[in-house]
Amino acid sequence: MLALLQRDLRLALRAGGGFGLGLAFFLILATLVPLAVGPQPDRLAPIAPGILWLGALLACLLSLDRLWALDAEDGSLDLLATAPVPLEGAATVKALAHWITTGLPLAVIAAPLSLLLFLPGPALPWLALSLLLGTPALSWIGTFGAALTVGLKRGSLLLSLLVLPLYVPTLVFGAEVVRRGAEGLPVATPLALLAGITLGCIALLPFASAAALRVNLR
Amino acid sequence: MSIWEYANPRRFMAASGAVQPYVWGLAILLCATGLIWGFFFTPEDFRMGHSVKIIYIHVPSAFLAINAWFMMLVASLIWLIRRHHVSALAARAAAPIGLIMTAVALITGAIWGKPMWGTYWEWDPRLTSFLILFLFYLGYVALWSAIEQQDQAADLTSILCLVGTVFAVLSRYAAQFWNQGLHQGASLSLDAEENVADVFWIPLVITLAGFVFLFVALVLLRTRTEIRRRRLHAISLKERLA
Repeated sequence: MLALLQRDLRLALRAGGGFGLGLAFFLILATLVPLAVGPQPDRLAPIAPGILWLGALLACLLSLDRLWALDAEDGSLDLLATAPVPLEGAATVKALAHWITTGLPLAVIAAPLSLLLFLPGPALPWLALSLLLGTPALSWIGTFGAALTVGLKRGSLLLSLLVLPLYVPTLVFGAEVVRRGAEGLPVATPLALLAGITLGCIALLPFASAAALRVNLR
Repeated sequence: MSIWEYANPRRFMAASGAVQPYVWGLAILLCATGLIWGFFFTPEDFRMGHSVKIIYIHVPSAFLAINAWFMMLVASLIWLIRRHHVSALAARAAAPIGLIMTAVALITGAIWGKPMWGTYWEWDPRLTSFLILFLFYLGYVALWSAIEQQDQAADLTSILCLVGTVFAVLSRYAAQFWNQGLHQGASLSLDAEENVADVFWIPLVITLAGFVFLFVALVLLRTRTEIRRRRLHAISLKERLA
């Protein structure tokens, strides 16, 4: 499993695996929003939490369609399925690798980018924390969606249609944490719910992903 | 004699063929009675006026939109556990009906909302979760139509239905957490003290029953069509071999 993780990380970093792509997308989004709605701080600041969370969510979505598809193309998915590691484990590692290459950098880069959108200062730590807690759920859900659509020729559009509704609770609680943080309200409740969703996803979704993969490999 | 006997497509075809005319008859009779009664023989609400009549479409379609998904969930579980093809086909048959019912509930709600709340749309938790439910239906139907191999499609959509149910419920409560709403509470629960007044209640229940029978009739019809289509497919394959 560790070897698989290392392989996935290496592939993502070296072979143009789209490591920087999600981050660049995030940056572009943070640039385009002020261009679209106007540069006034009093207009940008209230929507900044939502925009940043939405950007993180879309950036995660961007790299999902290749999560299993590349492995399915070159046959390494068949090897994974016959490997001694159960497919559930492989799904967990895949999701973890996806999170390390997209969610984690997003959480780090979000704080500097939030300056572009005039996010109030007190919200900064909450933004980073909520992304750290919330993006794993996005990766695990995305791994499941990608596993569902791995056998399809033009699956990427369908993938977003399947995955985005599943992202709703994560987005709601994640953006709520930042919004409350910006307004100086207590954030413990949405933060706990966000963490709960993430933990539930990590615990249960690999089984669903593996089941979907087995069906697709049949 | 157990219900599982009808998992055999031949048995199912025979039984559903016999039952179907009665279900259709009941559906049409109850819908017609409830709607005509509701539209022409109930008084106008003292606050809402004429617009209260839309309740006879809005509430039953919303009721079915949710319960069609539960029916799909049960059918998916049966398919995953016991591998009965009829069950998978029934889930497939119910999805577009649920999709339409969700759309009808949203549209009638918008038409009703304009005179009552002064707006077609409000980001109320109920409205929001219905919109999200609509998206779930869309994804489910799209996944069915995207996969050519039928058994594989049935498996994958069943898994999606199971996971989707959990997330749909989560979204429901997330939406409640996220915003307070305009929509009134449940208008049909049996234990509530404040329900719809009796004059509206009786035709509403009749229409509701009519919609349920309509749903059953449509699901039966679509399942039977799907079974026949598969038989045709098998026959044409056989002829091509011969």
